[in-house]
Amino acid sequence: MSATEPVPVAAAAGIAEARIGVITFPGTLDDRDAARAVRLAGAEAVSIWHADESLQDVDAVVLPGGFSYGDYLRAGAISRFAPAMAAVVDAAKGGMPVLGICNGFQVLTEAHLLPGSMVKNDHLHFVCREQSLVVENAHTAWTNEFRRGQRITIPLKNQDGQFVADERTLDELEGEGRVVFRYDGWNPNGSRRDIAGITNERGNVVGLMPHPEHAVEPGFGPASAEGPRAGVDGLTFFTSVLSSLVHA
Amino acid sequence: MGRVVVEVMPKPEILDPQGKAVVGALPRLGFTQFSGVRQGKRFELEVDGEVTPEILAAAREAAATLLSNPVIEDVVSVADAAAVPGEATGTPVNA
Repeated sequence: MSATEPVPVAAAAGIAEARIGVITFPGTLDDRDAARAVRLAGAEAVSIWHADESLQDVDAVVLPGGFSYGDYLRAGAISRFAPAMAAVVDAAKGGMPVLGICNGFQVLTEAHLLPGSMVKNDHLHFVCREQSLVVENAHTAWTNEFRRGQRITIPLKNQDGQFVADERTLDELEGEGRVVFRYDGWNPNGSRRDIAGITNERGNVVGLMPHPEHAVEPGFGPASAEGPRAGVDGLTFFTSVLSSLVHA
Repeated sequence: MGRVVVEVMPKPEILDPQGKAVVGALPRLGFTQFSGVRQGKRFELEVDGEVTPEILAAAREAAATLLSNPVIEDVVSVADAAAVPGEATGTPVNA
């Protein structure tokens, strides 16, 4: 094992000017981790409060996980009407990369930026585990540095993680290659067709239930072939978006 | 003071994990008559004046946009509490 400090990947590649916003809603939990992941990838993390109407000219936005508004009404249902979300919807329609993680994914479905919805896990238990996923689409703004068929491991932790949509929507997602991640080996929550993450038609908006921002630094991630807590598969989400910004 | 009652249920085709948990618990108390439970939500929207057709229309819109998510839920009723027998005072039936 190397004892050297982690070198921000994109900074090493000379693309360090990108600014990525991280939105905090009341009840968001993982905004600090998401901002740290952004910095480790080599970009500047910009904090955005849910009541802000401006996204401060960021190049991409992350909606982190947590329990915004205590999951009252439905997970993500109240956050979806936050002033910052109006700006996110506009920016997403203009092609800005948007990543929704866990509760952020729920907010994106409530905001109709992604189809379907999440309901309570089929077994009713909160799940917290290191989850293996298969990458199904390596062409989105957030997954272009993965390979199709690649298996990655990142943490999964939620109560309302069961992805549901009607059969027509599911067929459309499959037919258009918009399933981005599928649960590998075991479906942890009853999600339709083992779907863990999806994207929009354009590939700039991605939502998933598992947490890439918790697998970005050796010593603090899931177990990997390199050793316990060595997994950094989540970092590729953040380096992918930087490379998509450079090539945009 | 008026009140509009909105009721929202999970769509029939969506598995309702909470209802499933409840139906599993009923027999433990001896309630063996019930073969299924679905759990929904009831909202009471209060207005200062009486419930006019415009208020009801606004309540229907709120029900469709915020109180329910059409992907997983149906709005099964939006009604003026004063027009529903036993609803006017909101008195619990076990009182």
